[in-house]
Amino acid sequence: MIRSTLAALLLATAIQAPLPAQNESARPSPVQSDSALEAMTTVLASELRCPVCQGNSIQDSPSELAQQMRDVIREQLRAGKTPDEVRAYFVDKYGEWILLAPKATGLNLIVYIVPFAAIALGGIIVWRTVRKWTTASTAGTDKVHSS
Amino acid sequence: MNWKRATIATGLLLPVIGLLAFGLTRDPKSIDSPLPGKPAPDFALSVFAPGEGKLALAVGDTVKLASHNGGIVVLNFWASWCLQCRDEHQDLSNTARAYFDRGVRFYGLLYNDQEAFGLKWIQEMGGQAYPSLLDPRTRTAIDYGLYGVPETFLVTGDGRVAYKHIGPISEQLLSQKLDSLIRAGAGAP
Repeated sequence: MIRSTLAALLLATAIQAPLPAQNESARPSPVQSDSALEAMTTVLASELRCPVCQGNSIQDSPSELAQQMRDVIREQLRAGKTPDEVRAYFVDKYGEWILLAPKATGLNLIVYIVPFAAIALGGIIVWRTVRKWTTASTAGTDKVHSS
Repeated sequence: MNWKRATIATGLLLPVIGLLAFGLTRDPKSIDSPLPGKPAPDFALSVFAPGEGKLALAVGDTVKLASHNGGIVVLNFWASWCLQCRDEHQDLSNTARAYFDRGVRFYGLLYNDQEAFGLKWIQEMGGQAYPSLLDPRTRTAIDYGLYGVPETFLVTGDGRVAYKHIGPISEQLLSQKLDSLIRAGAGAP
């Protein structure tokens, strides 16, 4: 266990070690770009719905299709596509359904507005109810004091 | 009873109940594909199961969608582990034979499966009239926005997706769709 942890630490250190100076000027560090690529792949995979799961993103899904879709994201990013272009590719194939968070346009706006409207409405109801109770109890106390 | 309060509560609840009721009428697995009407994604895949008779192609041949310009192409994604694929297998083979002379070409595309399992399955099912292709790393399936198997796509002569069918397809429905496309001149060579 300890040996494998040490080995993993050594490997991580070796991978993160800076490249020789002569190489740095020639091209960006592949490690840096790879970690950025992985980070962006994770972000995009978290935004896309797994087609063969129930409500999972392709990042969270262990299914083979999700894994292959993550590979497609990685390949497209590596080929120089922007995150928007990668999103557009999947929307083009699967429709907007593939986006876990629908675009805030048209009828989709309901999804974004209704929760806030419900919270506001609930707040008004609570505020009015509490005000009614406090008014009634104050009036009751006044009655008791005056009698 | 406070009628005003009851009316407000009903007015607020009714849309929610209506929305939930609408949700119950829909099949969560039935998702509209944006592909019909759009250009069919091109592919170049190799044959692993040759097909039979005049429909056969040599194993290892590369099939390109783009080389079918003018003819209708039926693409059926299937897998040996897919139970529903068994239901449509004979219907697909029968329709492929019936429409071959009318310029319609059928291809099976193996989805998330191994070549050996696919070949064994075809043998168990008593053969497959049309050739089946390998789809390495499921790239073509993703290009076609596949949700699962079986799924069948009809591609017109001008390279557009005319129809997508999710689940097992019957000989009757497939013939109906193909007749309609042929009548509309979608497969005119």
